[in-house]
Amino acid sequence: MKNKISTALLGTALSLAMAGVVMAQDKTVKIGALSDQSGLYADLGGPGSTLAAQMAAEDSGLMAKGWKIDIISGDHQNKPDIGSNIARQWFDVDKVDTIVDVPNSGVALAVNNIVKEKNGVYINSGAATSDLTNAQCSPNTVHWTYDTYMLAHSTGQAMVKAGGDSWFFLTADYAFGAALERDTSEVVKSSGGKVVGGVKHPLNTADFSSFLLQAQSSKAKVIGLANAGGDTTNSIKQAAEFGIAKGGQKLAALLLFITDVKAIGLETAQGLSFTETFYWDLNDKTRDFSKKFAARMKNGAPPSMVQAGVYAGLIHYFKALEALGSNPHDGAKIVAKMKELPTDDPLFGQGKIEANGRKIHPGYLFEVKKPSESKAPWDFYKLAGTVPADQAFTPIEKSTCALLKK
Amino acid sequence: MSINLQALSAQLLVGLINGSFYALLSLGLAVIFGMLNIINFAHGAVYMMGAFAAYFLLNLAGIGYWPALILAPLAVGLFGMVMERTMLKWIANLDHLYGLLLTFGLALIIQGVFQNYFGSSGLPYAIPDALKGGMNLGFMFLPIYRGWVVIFSLVVCIATWFLIERTRLGAYLRAATENPTLVRAFGINVPLMITLTYGLGVGLAALAGVLSAPINQVRPLMGADLIIVVFAVVVIGGMGSIMGSIITGFALGIIEGLTKYFYPEASNTVVFVLMVLVLLVKPSGLTGRAA
Repeated sequence: MKNKISTALLGTALSLAMAGVVMAQDKTVKIGALSDQSGLYADLGGPGSTLAAQMAAEDSGLMAKGWKIDIISGDHQNKPDIGSNIARQWFDVDKVDTIVDVPNSGVALAVNNIVKEKNGVYINSGAATSDLTNAQCSPNTVHWTYDTYMLAHSTGQAMVKAGGDSWFFLTADYAFGAALERDTSEVVKSSGGKVVGGVKHPLNTADFSSFLLQAQSSKAKVIGLANAGGDTTNSIKQAAEFGIAKGGQKLAALLLFITDVKAIGLETAQGLSFTETFYWDLNDKTRDFSKKFAARMKNGAPPSMVQAGVYAGLIHYFKALEALGSNPHDGAKIVAKMKELPTDDPLFGQGKIEANGRKIHPGYLFEVKKPSESKAPWDFYKLAGTVPADQAFTPIEKSTCALLKK
Repeated sequence: MSINLQALSAQLLVGLINGSFYALLSLGLAVIFGMLNIINFAHGAVYMMGAFAAYFLLNLAGIGYWPALILAPLAVGLFGMVMERTMLKWIANLDHLYGLLLTFGLALIIQGVFQNYFGSSGLPYAIPDALKGGMNLGFMFLPIYRGWVVIFSLVVCIATWFLIERTRLGAYLRAATENPTLVRAFGINVPLMITLTYGLGVGLAALAGVLSAPINQVRPLMGADLIIVVFAVVVIGGMGSIMGSIITGFALGIIEGLTKYFYPEASNTVVFVLMVLVLLVKPSGLTGRAA
């Protein structure tokens, strides 16, 4: 009997020791790509973001070094409650380490809290709200691709400089639209312009004619579109129909993705100016990646800036993991490492992550080409200007993030 | 908010335009329900197929808007008839719920297939040259195309009403729904008539799809977003009532337009608030027959 007990104890001790060994060398990572997989943001994020995550895992070189990287995906359907439930289940049941993408600012902010609570890693690419690195900032969050501050300051400022000093907003009625309108209004007012009115429309609206008529009768010089995806494409298309441009008013598409330009068609979209931080045809490295990406997409589309951000964010994440030697499953620790290392990836070039979680890189002002200038299926943009990295995003001393208060 | 009469009349007109789509779609639903007793949840999907058919005709065959206005509803109507013959026919005598579930499933499958191949952002479809531009009505700038949509759908709606309520063929149809056995005894091919009626309802939806292609994006989910509102329209107007669904369609478009002016945030919900109110007061709908 005594022998049996000691044998059992020995077995337990051995297995405990082995478990310890495994933990010390834990080289497994599980990543969840949470996105709108079928709604109005599915083309700019969605399945393409999952593919981008997959390609980042392949290109990181970690798998050849014995790491095991799992990527799963989820559909938040643009509903914060569904997004939160998936995130909770991923952390609690599926043992996910990292959540990436998450377009739709409403969902993004909800998930932000959960990742912090579960001490995971959150690399947000798809959401726009600048609150992620200000009032709602978290030690577990990196906001990679773009934000409302950046959009407002590049496109907004450029429009005011070009003489558009009175604005009317068409705003998507949720966290993102409100943030974008707020940030842009500030820019307009501080540059000497004024906001004469605005209208909030429900997310995913098909018919904008009523709102456009209100914008038309406001006599504002600029109609600011503080919306995204299908809402923006419908606004632009119908604005053309109602002769907005002919009446002397200008449209400011504050957030426009390449998939939107494709959906509107160059005939209607030509001449629009807007800001992105990535375009497939920027340089040899972006072209090379985009070619490989498009070959694996069902519709042959090149990556959107959101999908590019998922790839680049994960490449940097894997670098941090490699520097740590193993996966500590401690989100705050990994994000601290990510902030410590300078960033360098083929899509966004060299940059850094600020203490508030904001990834810093240049913004590009693009103009949509005329149909006659477009030589290839996705040849849509010409570069109109570059906002240098140190001016594109909220200056760190102006950030209201609590992490910055020592 | 001060009420600006000019802006108000503009909103009324815009509401009328949206109302034409509601009317065309709810008309098709009413025809199908009235004649076949099927609650056709696939209606949004066939509306979307109409728009895609127009897109394919233009981009694959070079066939423009005007022929598409006839060809697309024909093609999609034919698809509808195949659907009726192969599937809906078998559940005709069962509870309404079976038809609803079957067509709902079909709608999800059709949308899924389109989404798989075309993504969710949609494809552009240009306004035909003859209808480009607009005119200044004094109180608003009216795109010619939208004016065309209102007039054309009014004509189609009235023609359909006339066909069913005022012609011999319509009389057969109505009789066949009351007592199919008796009508068959008169030597009339009732199953064929029912198939054709389903094709007509589906064709009307496809026609609305073609009409909306130049205004909205040609998107796989364009019907899913609309169909819920259209169902509310049919419920308010009264299931199965042809004239009721036409009038309610236009009226709700106008009410929605007014909401967009006075309180835009509620513009997506106002139809449903009305539906609840109508159901509370008159459960069979404004012009509906008792269930």
